[in-house]
Amino acid sequence: MPIRALIIDDSSVMRKIVERSLRQAGIDLAPVLEAGNGAEALAVLKDNQVDLILCDVNMPVMDGLEFIKQLPGVANAKDVPVVMITTEGSESHVVQALSSGARGYIRKPFTPEQVREHVVPVLAGKS
Amino acid sequence: MNSRNQVLPANGSRENWTPLLEMAVREVFELMLGCQLTAAIDGEQPAPDFTAMVGLAGQLCGLLSVRCHRKAAALMASKMLGVELDKVGAEISDALGEVCNMTAGNFKNKISGLAEGCMLSPPTVVTGSDYTLHSMADSPAIEVRLFFEGMLITISLQINS
Repeated sequence: MPIRALIIDDSSVMRKIVERSLRQAGIDLAPVLEAGNGAEALAVLKDNQVDLILCDVNMPVMDGLEFIKQLPGVANAKDVPVVMITTEGSESHVVQALSSGARGYIRKPFTPEQVREHVVPVLAGKS
Repeated sequence: MNSRNQVLPANGSRENWTPLLEMAVREVFELMLGCQLTAAIDGEQPAPDFTAMVGLAGQLCGLLSVRCHRKAAALMASKMLGVELDKVGAEISDALGEVCNMTAGNFKNKISGLAEGCMLSPPTVVTGSDYTLHSMADSPAIEVRLFFEGMLITISLQINS
Protein backbone atom coordinates (compact mmCIF):
# COMPACT_ATOMS: atom_id res chain seq x y z
CA MET A 1 0.00 0.00 0.00
CA PRO A 2 1.43 3.46 -0.87
CA ILE A 3 2.89 5.44 2.01
CA ARG A 4 0.99 8.57 3.02
CA ALA A 5 3.66 11.15 3.83
CA LEU A 6 3.53 14.67 5.23
CA ILE A 7 6.53 16.87 4.39
CA ILE A 8 7.05 19.96 6.57
CA ASP A 9 9.49 22.65 5.42
CA ASP A 10 9.20 26.39 4.98
CA SER A 11 10.84 26.05 1.57
CA SER A 12 8.49 24.77 -1.14
CA VAL A 13 11.54 23.86 -3.22
CA MET A 14 12.90 21.72 -0.41
CA ARG A 15 9.53 19.99 0.04
CA LYS A 16 9.66 18.97 -3.64
CA ILE A 17 13.24 17.75 -3.27
CA VAL A 18 12.32 15.62 -0.26
CA GLU A 19 9.36 14.15 -2.11
CA ARG A 20 11.50 13.36 -5.17
CA SER A 21 14.19 11.83 -2.97
CA LEU A 22 11.64 9.56 -1.31
CA ARG A 23 10.45 8.38 -4.73
CA GLN A 24 14.06 7.94 -5.94
CA ALA A 25 14.71 5.93 -2.78
CA GLY A 26 12.11 3.46 -4.01
CA ILE A 27 9.40 4.40 -1.52
CA ASP A 28 5.92 4.01 -2.98
CA LEU A 29 4.16 7.26 -2.10
CA ALA A 30 0.51 8.23 -2.13
CA PRO A 31 -0.10 11.90 -3.01
CA VAL A 32 2.08 13.82 -0.57
CA LEU A 33 0.73 16.32 1.95
CA GLU A 34 2.75 19.47 2.62
CA ALA A 35 2.99 22.10 5.34
CA GLY A 36 5.14 25.20 5.68
CA ASN A 37 5.66 24.99 9.44
CA GLY A 38 4.72 22.96 12.49
CA ALA A 39 1.46 24.78 13.15
CA GLU A 40 0.26 24.20 9.59
CA ALA A 41 1.27 20.56 9.93
CA LEU A 42 -0.78 20.08 13.10
CA ALA A 43 -3.79 21.52 11.27
CA VAL A 44 -3.22 19.17 8.31
CA LEU A 45 -2.97 16.18 10.63
CA LYS A 46 -6.32 16.88 12.28
CA ASP A 47 -8.04 16.06 9.00
CA ASN A 48 -5.65 13.56 7.44
CA GLN A 49 -4.13 10.23 8.39
CA VAL A 50 -0.47 9.77 7.42
CA ASP A 51 2.13 7.01 7.79
CA LEU A 52 5.29 9.11 7.82
CA ILE A 53 6.28 12.70 8.63
CA LEU A 54 9.47 14.36 7.35
CA CYS A 55 10.13 17.61 9.15
CA ASP A 56 12.58 20.50 8.93
CA VAL A 57 13.88 21.92 12.21
CA ASN A 58 14.28 25.67 11.64
CA MET A 59 10.96 27.10 10.51
CA PRO A 60 8.96 30.22 11.30
CA VAL A 61 5.79 30.18 13.45
CA MET A 62 6.46 26.72 14.91
CA ASP A 63 9.77 24.92 14.49
CA GLY A 64 10.26 21.20 14.08
CA LEU A 65 11.20 20.48 17.69
CA GLU A 66 8.08 22.21 19.02
CA PHE A 67 6.02 20.32 16.43
CA ILE A 68 7.31 16.98 17.72
CA LYS A 69 6.46 17.98 21.28
CA GLN A 70 2.89 18.82 20.27
CA LEU A 71 2.39 15.82 18.00
CA PRO A 72 1.22 13.44 20.78
CA GLY A 73 -1.75 15.77 21.26
CA VAL A 74 -3.07 14.91 17.80
CA ALA A 75 -5.08 11.74 18.34
CA ASN A 76 -4.70 10.21 14.89
CA ALA A 77 -1.02 11.10 14.52
CA LYS A 78 0.59 10.50 17.91
CA ASP A 79 2.22 7.24 16.78
CA VAL A 80 3.30 8.41 13.33
CA PRO A 81 7.10 8.25 12.93
CA VAL A 82 8.88 11.56 12.37
CA VAL A 83 12.20 11.91 10.55
CA MET A 84 13.92 15.29 10.84
CA ILE A 85 15.63 16.76 7.76
CA THR A 86 17.78 19.80 8.45
CA THR A 87 20.97 21.73 7.79
CA GLU A 88 21.67 21.76 11.52
CA GLY A 89 24.16 18.96 11.98
CA SER A 90 25.17 19.37 15.61
CA GLU A 91 25.03 16.43 17.97
CA SER A 92 22.94 18.44 20.41
CA HIS A 93 20.29 19.01 17.73
CA VAL A 94 20.28 15.31 16.90
CA VAL A 95 20.01 14.31 20.56
CA GLN A 96 17.33 16.90 21.20
CA ALA A 97 15.28 15.75 18.20
CA LEU A 98 15.61 12.06 19.02
CA SER A 99 14.85 12.58 22.70
CA SER A 100 11.78 14.60 21.70
CA GLY A 101 10.45 11.65 19.75
CA ALA A 102 11.97 11.84 16.27
CA ARG A 103 12.83 8.42 14.85
CA GLY A 104 15.49 9.57 12.42
CA TYR A 105 17.65 12.54 11.46
CA ILE A 106 18.89 13.40 7.97
CA ARG A 107 21.35 16.22 7.33
CA LYS A 108 21.08 18.42 4.25
CA PRO A 109 22.52 18.02 1.67
CA PHE A 110 21.53 14.40 1.29
CA THR A 111 21.29 11.66 -1.31
CA PRO A 112 18.27 9.45 -2.04
CA GLU A 113 20.37 6.59 -0.62
CA GLN A 114 20.68 8.41 2.69
CA VAL A 115 16.94 9.02 2.68
CA ARG A 116 16.32 5.31 2.08
CA GLU A 117 18.84 4.38 4.79
CA HIS A 118 17.01 6.47 7.38
CA VAL A 119 13.39 6.15 6.28
CA VAL A 120 13.00 2.47 5.34
CA PRO A 121 13.88 1.16 8.84
CA VAL A 122 11.50 3.70 10.36
CA LEU A 123 8.67 2.53 8.09
CA ALA A 124 9.51 -1.06 8.97
CA GLY A 125 9.31 -0.20 12.65
CA LYS A 126 12.94 -1.07 13.21
CA SER A 127 14.07 2.31 14.42
CA MET B 1 37.49 16.34 -3.56
CA ASN B 2 38.14 15.15 -0.04
CA SER B 3 35.69 13.27 2.10
CA ARG B 4 32.58 15.24 3.05
CA ASN B 5 33.15 14.05 6.60
CA GLN B 6 36.45 15.89 6.93
CA VAL B 7 36.33 18.15 9.98
CA LEU B 8 38.91 20.81 10.82
CA PRO B 9 39.38 22.43 14.22
CA ALA B 10 37.71 25.84 14.56
CA ASN B 11 40.84 27.34 16.04
CA GLY B 12 42.96 26.22 13.09
CA SER B 13 44.16 28.56 10.40
CA ARG B 14 41.38 30.08 8.36
CA GLU B 15 43.59 29.65 5.32
CA ASN B 16 42.23 26.12 5.32
CA TRP B 17 38.67 27.34 5.15
CA THR B 18 38.68 28.27 1.46
CA PRO B 19 38.91 24.64 0.24
CA LEU B 20 36.32 23.64 2.85
CA LEU B 21 33.94 26.31 1.59
CA GLU B 22 34.52 25.10 -1.97
CA MET B 23 33.92 21.50 -0.89
CA ALA B 24 30.74 22.52 0.92
CA VAL B 25 29.23 24.21 -2.11
CA ARG B 26 30.36 21.48 -4.52
CA GLU B 27 28.66 18.85 -2.36
CA VAL B 28 25.42 20.81 -2.28
CA PHE B 29 25.34 21.00 -6.07
CA GLU B 30 26.31 17.35 -6.53
CA LEU B 31 23.85 15.95 -4.02
CA MET B 32 20.88 18.28 -4.39
CA LEU B 33 21.13 19.43 -8.01
CA GLY B 34 22.91 16.44 -9.50
CA CYS B 35 25.63 18.44 -11.23
CA GLN B 36 29.32 19.16 -10.90
CA LEU B 37 30.64 22.67 -10.48
CA THR B 38 33.77 23.48 -12.43
CA ALA B 39 36.61 25.93 -11.94
CA ALA B 40 35.73 29.45 -13.04
CA ILE B 41 37.64 30.75 -16.00
CA ASP B 42 38.28 34.35 -16.88
CA GLY B 43 35.94 35.93 -19.33
CA GLU B 44 33.00 38.26 -19.53
CA GLN B 45 30.01 37.27 -17.44
CA PRO B 46 26.72 39.10 -16.91
CA ALA B 47 26.55 41.04 -13.64
CA PRO B 48 25.09 38.98 -10.81
CA ASP B 49 21.56 40.11 -10.00
CA PHE B 50 20.55 37.48 -7.46
CA THR B 51 22.21 37.40 -4.03
CA ALA B 52 21.29 34.98 -1.26
CA MET B 53 22.63 35.60 2.24
CA VAL B 54 22.69 33.59 5.45
CA GLY B 55 23.97 35.09 8.68
CA LEU B 56 26.15 33.16 11.11
CA ALA B 57 26.15 33.93 14.82
CA GLY B 58 27.88 32.42 17.82
CA GLN B 59 31.37 30.98 17.77
CA LEU B 60 31.65 32.25 14.20
CA CYS B 61 29.92 35.51 13.28
CA GLY B 62 29.59 36.64 9.72
CA LEU B 63 27.69 36.37 6.50
CA LEU B 64 27.75 33.75 3.78
CA SER B 65 26.47 34.88 0.40
CA VAL B 66 25.91 33.25 -2.97
CA ARG B 67 25.78 35.59 -5.96
CA CYS B 68 24.85 34.74 -9.53
CA HIS B 69 22.91 35.88 -12.55
CA ARG B 70 19.17 35.21 -12.75
CA LYS B 71 19.71 32.58 -15.45
CA ALA B 72 21.92 30.58 -13.11
CA ALA B 73 19.45 30.92 -10.22
CA ALA B 74 16.60 29.84 -12.48
CA LEU B 75 18.57 26.80 -13.64
CA MET B 76 19.25 25.88 -10.00
CA ALA B 77 15.51 26.04 -9.29
CA SER B 78 14.80 23.97 -12.40
CA LYS B 79 17.21 21.25 -11.32
CA MET B 80 16.06 21.27 -7.70
CA LEU B 81 12.40 21.03 -8.66
CA GLY B 82 12.98 18.63 -11.54
CA VAL B 83 11.00 20.78 -13.97
CA GLU B 84 11.76 22.50 -17.26
CA LEU B 85 13.55 25.83 -17.05
CA ASP B 86 10.59 27.74 -18.49
CA LYS B 87 8.31 26.39 -15.77
CA VAL B 88 10.13 28.02 -12.85
CA GLY B 89 9.10 31.43 -11.55
CA ALA B 90 8.63 32.49 -7.97
CA GLU B 91 10.65 29.50 -6.74
CA ILE B 92 13.92 31.03 -7.96
CA SER B 93 14.58 32.99 -4.78
CA ASP B 94 13.52 30.06 -2.60
CA ALA B 95 15.92 27.75 -4.46
CA LEU B 96 18.89 30.10 -4.26
CA GLY B 97 18.17 30.74 -0.58
CA GLU B 98 18.18 27.01 0.10
CA VAL B 99 21.46 26.57 -1.80
CA CYS B 100 22.97 29.29 0.39
CA ASN B 101 21.48 27.81 3.56
CA MET B 102 22.74 24.29 2.80
CA THR B 103 26.17 25.60 1.86
CA ALA B 104 26.42 27.49 5.15
CA GLY B 105 25.25 24.48 7.14
CA ASN B 106 27.52 22.07 5.29
CA PHE B 107 30.48 24.41 5.73
CA LYS B 108 30.06 24.84 9.48
CA ASN B 109 29.57 21.09 9.93
CA LYS B 110 33.08 20.63 8.51
CA ILE B 111 34.73 22.67 11.24
CA SER B 112 34.95 21.17 14.70
CA GLY B 113 32.80 23.02 17.23
CA LEU B 114 30.96 25.17 14.72
CA ALA B 115 28.09 22.74 14.20
CA GLU B 116 27.27 23.18 17.88
CA GLY B 117 28.45 26.72 18.43
CA CYS B 118 27.22 28.56 15.36
CA MET B 119 23.63 29.35 14.46
CA LEU B 120 22.33 30.16 10.99
CA SER B 121 19.76 32.80 10.14
CA PRO B 122 16.98 32.11 7.64
CA PRO B 123 18.18 32.96 4.13
CA THR B 124 17.53 36.38 2.62
CA VAL B 125 17.55 36.91 -1.14
CA VAL B 126 18.19 40.26 -2.80
CA THR B 127 17.36 40.74 -6.48
CA GLY B 128 18.88 43.41 -8.67
CA SER B 129 22.47 44.53 -8.99
CA ASP B 130 22.30 48.19 -8.02
CA TYR B 131 23.04 47.89 -4.33
CA THR B 132 25.99 48.07 -1.96
CA LEU B 133 26.50 45.62 0.84
CA HIS B 134 28.09 47.14 3.93
CA SER B 135 29.43 44.34 6.07
CA MET B 136 30.67 44.78 9.61
CA ALA B 137 33.20 42.02 8.96
CA ASP B 138 36.66 42.91 10.12
CA SER B 139 38.67 40.43 8.09
CA PRO B 140 39.01 39.80 4.38
CA ALA B 141 36.25 37.68 2.85
CA ILE B 142 36.88 34.09 1.86
CA GLU B 143 35.67 33.85 -1.70
CA VAL B 144 35.14 30.93 -4.04
CA ARG B 145 34.28 31.40 -7.70
CA LEU B 146 32.95 28.45 -9.65
CA PHE B 147 31.08 27.76 -12.86
CA PHE B 148 27.63 26.22 -12.77
CA GLU B 149 26.77 25.04 -16.29
CA GLY B 150 29.12 27.70 -17.65
CA MET B 151 27.66 30.46 -15.48
CA LEU B 152 29.60 32.12 -12.68
CA ILE B 153 28.54 31.73 -9.07
CA THR B 154 30.46 33.48 -6.31
CA ILE B 155 30.34 32.22 -2.75
CA SER B 156 31.65 34.61 -0.16
CA LEU B 157 32.15 34.25 3.58
CA GLN B 158 32.66 37.49 5.48
CA ILE B 159 33.81 36.97 9.04
CA ASN B 160 33.51 39.10 12.15
CA SER B 161 36.25 37.78 14.36
